Amino acid sequence: MIFSNLAEKLQDTFDKLRGKGKLNEKDVKAALKEVKMALLEADVNYKVVKKFINKIEERAVGKEVMESLTPGQHVIKIVNEEMQELMGGSKEEIAISSEPPTIIMMAGLQGSGKTTSAGKLARKFAKDGKKPLLVAGDVYRPAAIRQLQVLGERLEIPVFSMGDDSDPVDIARGSINYAASHNCDLIILDTAGRLHIDQEMMAELEEVKAAVEPDEILLVVDAMTGQDAVNVAKNFDQRLDINGVILTKMDGDARGGAALSIKAITGKPIKFAGTGEKLADLEEFHPDRMASRILGMGDVLSLIEKAEKSIDKEKAAALEEKLRKNEFTLEDFMEQMDQVRNMGPMDELLGMIPGIGEAKQLKNLQVDDKQLDHIEAIISSMTPGERRDPEVINGSRRKRIALGSGTSIQDVNRLLKQFKQTKKMMKQLNSGKMKKGGFKLPFFG
Amino acid sequence: MGFLQRLKEGLRKTKQGFVDKVSNVFSGRTNIDDDLFEELEEVLIQADVGVKTTFALIEKLQEDVETENITEPEELMNYFQKELQTMLQNQEGGFKLDKKLNIIMVVGVNGAGKTTTIAKIAGRYKNQGKKVMLAAGDTFRAGAIEQLQIWGDRLGVNVIAQQEGSDAAAVAYDAVQSARARDVDLLIIDTAGRLHTQTNLMEELKKVKRVIDREAAEIAAGVEVLLVLDATTGQNAIAQAKLFNQAVNVDGVALTKLDGTAKGGIVIAVKNELGLPIKLIGVGEAAEDLQNFDPEEFIEALFSSDQ
Ligand SMILES: Nc1nc2c(ncn2[C@@H]2O[C@H](COP(=O)(O)OP(=O)(O)OP(=O)(O)O)[C@@H](O)[C@H]2O)c(=O)[nH]1
Ligand SMILES: [Mg+2]
Repeated sequence: MIFSNLAEKLQDTFDKLRGKGKLNEKDVKAALKEVKMALLEADVNYKVVKKFINKIEERAVGKEVMESLTPGQHVIKIVNEEMQELMGGSKEEIAISSEPPTIIMMAGLQGSGKTTSAGKLARKFAKDGKKPLLVAGDVYRPAAIRQLQVLGERLEIPVFSMGDDSDPVDIARGSINYAASHNCDLIILDTAGRLHIDQEMMAELEEVKAAVEPDEILLVVDAMTGQDAVNVAKNFDQRLDINGVILTKMDGDARGGAALSIKAITGKPIKFAGTGEKLADLEEFHPDRMASRILGMGDVLSLIEKAEKSIDKEKAAALEEKLRKNEFTLEDFMEQMDQVRNMGPMDELLGMIPGIGEAKQLKNLQVDDKQLDHIEAIISSMTPGERRDPEVINGSRRKRIALGSGTSIQDVNRLLKQFKQTKKMMKQLNSGKMKKGGFKLPFFG
Repeated sequence: MGFLQRLKEGLRKTKQGFVDKVSNVFSGRTNIDDDLFEELEEVLIQADVGVKTTFALIEKLQEDVETENITEPEELMNYFQKELQTMLQNQEGGFKLDKKLNIIMVVGVNGAGKTTTIAKIAGRYKNQGKKVMLAAGDTFRAGAIEQLQIWGDRLGVNVIAQQEGSDAAAVAYDAVQSARARDVDLLIIDTAGRLHTQTNLMEELKKVKRVIDREAAEIAAGVEVLLVLDATTGQNAIAQAKLFNQAVNVDGVALTKLDGTAKGGIVIAVKNELGLPIKLIGVGEAAEDLQNFDPEEFIEALFSSDQ
């Protein structure tokens, strides 16, 4: 993706402007163009993007941003705030009816993932102690009923079917009696995929709705959907007054701008995200995370906020200077580590960095805060001279430091080696393309 | 109005001039100005043509205005039209099927329309008197084998299948052997839908392809890989095309679900950036809802109004 990291892009834009003193309206516009491109790249609908950018522009062209020392971060903050507002704040639950059975009806385009999502929901509710019934209402696509039956078998959840010669409305009605006689308190109606402009098929959904009055109608939308998402959502919502959306195939690399478009157009919340082909792969939807994903910037904002709160600006500037001159010592290392640790537990911080949060193989990465304790202990056991110039630390000194810090000589060796490598890396970065003024944490950047 | 309708009207309209949405941008104004380009941007993006391609197109036009001294919006429209047509040129719809046995392996993400497209292709060539065979290579998704078998029954076409959960490469191997033994003209192999980002599943796909290639080489059969893209898909189609192409060398694209309101403009980027030709379009769920891709018709429909 071209704009995999909007935050960086914005920073770049503003870095270029930095020498100019105060920013003017044109500068802000240039920055907002980056935001616009990022949103369009993410498949947010053109009209939605336009409205959104206008709104941000109104806010960003104010004095506050233009006089700020960190306009880039300021704009990101505004973008994020507006994004949150659009996406909605908290996660939304499925309404459980006080009079069983609760009826959930699935709807959506062909191939969006209704049947799989129906199975996933059934599994989730069964885990929550409900007794779900799956209903095979897709009488059109070859073997759609079979597909649901197989899922039911795997989940050990009953599936109600009347074959593919029956009317979906009759099937929906019939499922209520079946649920009652089989002690099921929750019904999930699968329906055939259909185009939002197929009048006959849309009317059929209206009839099913009228016949069984579902508690929840969920529109299933593929996260890869492009500009057409607004047409789809608008039509389904107008015909059925949906309660929410399930966004599927979120395990892919689509940025999922459709989520924003749908929310903007219908006002209906995204309730779940499908994150894989397995029946366990259903997650609650987090609007805030989605906002960052659409913008392609991880949870940079919270990271910036945390950093702002816990990092002493002057110290940071001094540190940067040292880094540039390659005068960075173990003392600085420890101080910096302290500051970073003030921001929160390491694995939480790592999760906020774009790329890392989404990378599956890193998901289970455990950053051990204990290890950081070790490092601190080792450095504390050194003399000031040793900290400034680790080269002097010979064999006997290593032994002493290990003893003093309650670690092993191997631990001390490892730290010294890492430090040496880091310095080498810093040197390369300095001679090369290390960015000035950007928000960068050595070791973690 | 659906795309199908628009396609039908497409040719008629070509004679009347360039498509309405675009001609609205260019005609009815006297100057070439920023507004014009912004409107054009809107039309292109909303057709899912894609950010990169859209801005490349617009930049090219802006250059043309400078270098060619264009002052009339209508004149600029001709440039635009030519530009688009160049992007989609050298397209030949359909398949040649000039070998004794021709094999088409069909790949794509989940729910794109692979199985249905297979049925449509099978129906088309059976009607042309070819001997067609299908292979149920999606051994993973619940009900996928039955889905293909039902289509086979409907069309009167043989389906080679094994148990659910069996090795897809083994199914492909079997299928090539029996196609050869039974003098089949066209063998179409279904595969399980998979996201292009799932590396292990992409590896499995490579393995299936290797087996097909190996068996085909022995009997000089032709092998083509058809990537199925859903017209509803936005920018992600580019990533899909790129990664499927890297894994199994895609020969052509089928664009499905053009009977909705989605325009499928992303195939312009797929063609332009990756050089993959678009061969077929799907315009419905029935076996006959398959057409050869025609660049002119497609551009027509891409920018026609919805109402
Ligand atoms: N409207 C419309 N629907 C289509 C078209 N092509 C396929 N479909 C529908 O899209 C849905 C998914 O199609 P399949 O052929 O099962 O897709 P697939 O890629 O094989 O799906 P998986 O095997 O699950 O990955 C089915 O309901 C099809 O009827 C088309 O051109 N137009
Ligand atoms: Mg299939």
